[in-house]
Amino acid sequence: MLPDDVLRALENALNKEESVTGRNVLEQLIENARIAREQRIPICQDTGITVVFLEIGQDVHISGGTLYEAVNGGVRIGYTEGYLRKSVVAHPLLRKNTEDNTPAVIHAKIVPGDKLVGTIVPKGAGSENMSATKMLKPSDGAEGVVEFVVETVKKAGSNPCPPLIVGIGLGGTLEMACLLSKKALIREVGKPADNPTDAELEQRTIEAINATGIGPGGLGGRVTALAVHVESFPCHIASLPVAVTLQCHAARHAGFVI
Amino acid sequence: MPDVKKIHTPLKEEEICRLVAGDHVLLSGILYTARDAAHARLVELIKRGEKLPIDLEYQAFYYAGPTPAPPGRVIGSIGPTTSSRMDVYTPQLLAAGLKGMIGKGERSPTVIDAIVKHKAIYFAATGGAGALLAQRVVSCDVVAFEDLGCEAIHRLEVVDFPLIVINDCFGNDFYKQSRAKYGMRSGAHGSTTR
Repeated sequence: MLPDDVLRALENALNKEESVTGRNVLEQLIENARIAREQRIPICQDTGITVVFLEIGQDVHISGGTLYEAVNGGVRIGYTEGYLRKSVVAHPLLRKNTEDNTPAVIHAKIVPGDKLVGTIVPKGAGSENMSATKMLKPSDGAEGVVEFVVETVKKAGSNPCPPLIVGIGLGGTLEMACLLSKKALIREVGKPADNPTDAELEQRTIEAINATGIGPGGLGGRVTALAVHVESFPCHIASLPVAVTLQCHAARHAGFVI
Repeated sequence: MPDVKKIHTPLKEEEICRLVAGDHVLLSGILYTARDAAHARLVELIKRGEKLPIDLEYQAFYYAGPTPAPPGRVIGSIGPTTSSRMDVYTPQLLAAGLKGMIGKGERSPTVIDAIVKHKAIYFAATGGAGALLAQRVVSCDVVAFEDLGCEAIHRLEVVDFPLIVINDCFGNDFYKQSRAKYGMRSGAHGSTTR
């Protein structure tokens, strides 16, 4: 099901879009969300590889099995009993389907407290395949970041099913930037970053992306991105890592607290 | 909603030739689903000179893999996948008689040339509208490569399946045309992209 924040963003986009074909695509996507909700079928056939973010309070003790087995058990039940597509192969080169969508990609972080907070992001490949990362030079600055993100979106064209939610991971190291760019997708769509520098970068980037003319479905128009979310982290004096995770409009996310 | 042309499969040449890039189309008839793995197998069979499990002549492929049908339904959700992953196989399939392709995203120059050469056509369906598109599917049967699961070849009967012509048989490309239109107009205030 399409989360309410994404649906609202699509409805706002419909007000902004000038292109007839672009409006037609947005109307189809809103109608699609309604049908999926009423008939209880997935909004998109690509029900993704399951990415799970876990925040484990350091006072939590897990007993009766391992946490990762529990997550994968949940994925197995969800994808088989929920009539979701099994889209995971056991080895990238041998490519045999695991038939139950396991294993999930799990990112665990230890945090203060006694709670276990999980966020599930089923990630489709159409947009994931067009994502990219680059180690910029510190002198490239904000301008270099915007340029790289726009270049990535342009190269992706219609493939990642625009309108997009663009997650930008800035700083850290190569793998940290990638992780941040994925984490950026779980924020409520269109909510600006807390850090004013990041929020300003978000604004600048979305304007540049929406000036490309790619539009909904890549068929031309004003709305190529619904939102740009930046997450940043300190980095080395010599580095400016940047990663871009593209997320299609089927930006599914759900969470739980134990 | 723009003007819409109704077409039917099998796709005869005269039907293909009356369509141009940017046309909105409602297609009815039979479609075959085929993704990466099915394409690889079909091309391997063609290379070995063996008989294909389906007759490709005048047929159309839908680059898609459905979600499983819940009880009482014909099919789950079924939207298009990214077409460019099939580009490496497409010219051989067009040479073998395939006429229509449905997916999403740009095709390679080699494929666009092959579309013109074989008087074929490439349509886009709306990416991510899998629930909406499923409403237009009236039957679904696996007809080849069953072991591939969602990647097996499914024979779909569709009614008024909503599409847009991207690459017509005259060499036009609607993605390029539409981007030029909206990209250029915004160029004046798009200077942040330097």
